[in-house]
Amino acid sequence: MGTNLKGQIVMKNLVLKGALAASAFVLLANAASAATLDDVKKKGFLQCGVNTGLPGFASPNDKGEWSGFDVDYCRAVAAAVFGDATKVKFTPLSAKDRLPALQSGEIDVLIRNTTWTLSRDTQGFDFTGVNYYDGQGFMINSKKLSGINSALQLSGASVCVQAGTTTELNLADYFKANKMEYNPVVFEKVEEVNAAYDSGRCDAYTTDQSGLYAYRLALTAPDDHIVLPEIISKEPLGPVVRQGDPQWADIIRWTHYAMLTAEELGITQANVDEVKNGDNPEIKRVLGQEANTKLGTDLGLTNDWVVNIIKAVGNYGEVFEKNLGSGSPLKIARGINAQWSKGGLQYAMPIR
Amino acid sequence: MASQDITPVGKDSAKVSLLNDPKVRGYIFQAVAVLAIAGLGYWIVDNTIANLQRARLATGFGFLDGRSGFDISSSPFLAYSSDSTYLKALMVGFLNTLTVAFAGIITATILGFVIGIGRLSHNWLIRKLCTVYVEVFRNIPPLLVIFFWYLGVLSVLPQARQSITLPFNMYLNNRGFFFPAPVFGDGAWLAGVGLIAGIVGALLVRRWAHKRQMATGQQFPVGLTALALIVGFPLLALVIKGFPLSFDYPVLGAFNLRGGSQIGPEFMSLFLALSFYTAAFIAEIVRAGIRGVGKGQSEASHALGLRAGPTTRLVVVPQAMRIIIPPLTSQYLNLTKNSSLAVAIGYPDLVAVGGTILNQTGRSIEVVAIFMIVYLSLSVLTSLFMNWFNAKMALVER
Repeated sequence: MGTNLKGQIVMKNLVLKGALAASAFVLLANAASAATLDDVKKKGFLQCGVNTGLPGFASPNDKGEWSGFDVDYCRAVAAAVFGDATKVKFTPLSAKDRLPALQSGEIDVLIRNTTWTLSRDTQGFDFTGVNYYDGQGFMINSKKLSGINSALQLSGASVCVQAGTTTELNLADYFKANKMEYNPVVFEKVEEVNAAYDSGRCDAYTTDQSGLYAYRLALTAPDDHIVLPEIISKEPLGPVVRQGDPQWADIIRWTHYAMLTAEELGITQANVDEVKNGDNPEIKRVLGQEANTKLGTDLGLTNDWVVNIIKAVGNYGEVFEKNLGSGSPLKIARGINAQWSKGGLQYAMPIR
Repeated sequence: MASQDITPVGKDSAKVSLLNDPKVRGYIFQAVAVLAIAGLGYWIVDNTIANLQRARLATGFGFLDGRSGFDISSSPFLAYSSDSTYLKALMVGFLNTLTVAFAGIITATILGFVIGIGRLSHNWLIRKLCTVYVEVFRNIPPLLVIFFWYLGVLSVLPQARQSITLPFNMYLNNRGFFFPAPVFGDGAWLAGVGLIAGIVGALLVRRWAHKRQMATGQQFPVGLTALALIVGFPLLALVIKGFPLSFDYPVLGAFNLRGGSQIGPEFMSLFLALSFYTAAFIAEIVRAGIRGVGKGQSEASHALGLRAGPTTRLVVVPQAMRIIIPPLTSQYLNLTKNSSLAVAIGYPDLVAVGGTILNQTGRSIEVVAIFMIVYLSLSVLTSLFMNWFNAKMALVER
């Protein structure tokens, strides 16, 4: 027993030392990868962290090909860096694992419907922008509850919610603030919440609105269900990079702005080659056709980086409609994700 | 001289025996074992503290005073809201665990005894039905039994608007079982007094009847008299006070039935699943216990002229109880521990509520320690009670 224990302690010490050495190695690796752009170029592809399976944002098909809003952002970054949108590999990550994976250098960028919060921003990460403004909402069966068109009419309802989430807390706050009663039906796994709502155990289902649209597709009769207009929390979702590499953060940030600017200027995947040689000076500048331009090279890319992005995935509006909007089964309206000039919140900083 | 000769021999043997003395060696090995275990314990605690400090995680139970911020669907005994503390949330979870365990133990015991005796029935159909029951429920994992009740039975019940109407304004739908809640008016306390008086009266009658039977051999219908006393006294009290009792009936609201009392489908499925599952094991224990009583006992009883019913009740079962109680205790402990499977169907038991708290505060060590302490205490208390009961049922030798 005594020797066994000693052996164990020695073993543990070895393991501990090994772990320390490994973490030191990871730290060194991190230090070395301060210039993520160089590493990515040397590697030859972009390693992008995405959701394990959220229809519309990131999900693989039966052939293992990824598609979705976040996935197209990964492709856009690859197109900007390499001029080739196929030079990207996807790492599916759970909510719990996503930030450690970015911290350890396993992925180069995290584009996985991640909410921008103060605590995350100060824990060694940088958010480069908001590519989707989300918020917590409610879904009901409009066939069964035909008179209801507002969350404020939900007093007395049973509400399905996932345990241990901020969603659960927002729900309690919302009903309390509006002096309404409700009966929470709480499950640990999202699959169990879906099943309970589908079987009619609850009157309403609450989570992020984009999630509601995605999960609605999996219900027995998706068309019977509507998402109510109220949004009870702010969930700004955006790409995340490691803190301390401003150049890399700039590339991700301006990829998003380039897609927004293209939409504003009417540059689409179909007409980009055509308008490139037109006579609109603003379009020519954005697409890097101005004489002696240094906009792209100053960013560490080539001057036709915007052309590459738009050719590969299209502008923001195209990516949105294809994955989330009218071109997708989700049919999410642009809403607050419309351009600032159309009453939305998406506002690109000028490319000049 | 002779004594001097002997002493060195004695000394020598003592010197040798200090290393080879089995008693001393025993102590040495025990001391080494204790030190090793203490060392392991110290290393675990030290390592944990060091890791927590490195990760800058706070420790201690102070977080239990914080505002919970989440709601719990079922809190029949405590007034709880999202403004209550984490401690109160844990209490609600603990009481929910106790409720389902207590109700489950009682139902499982009754069901188990009926089926266990049924397996020994002379009636072929009853015997086979009981065998099928035992074999089915004993061979399915408890989690599946819970899902069977939750997804297979209760979730296919109709929606609130098409509730199944039962007698006495009771309703059944996929949101649960609804029944009228009694509302006690002024003077209803007398009914409570009547109930206590009825129970005391019934106990007295039982004692008197036992004494009389011992003395004269005459029997007295104790059961019927006790029922009349326990029901009659509170009724009489209510009549005297002019019936200060009304009912709050469940009525259909915007979403669901409102008012009255309600038992949710999560509690019902967990309760039914644990009862049915454990009853299968108890049935086997009961059957083994009855089989363990010598055949001569019932033959002697028959020879004395007792019929089959009294033979089972008065001769066989009391002796079988001595065999039944110890394994029965483990089944009770199993049922209590299995109630933590509640988390799969969303019944807010201790583990479900504690899991939410763990997720929100990140105090995993503290929360898991609370789980362990609570389940350990529950098990120890159940064991102590059953040991006391066992001692009471033990054969008293005259």
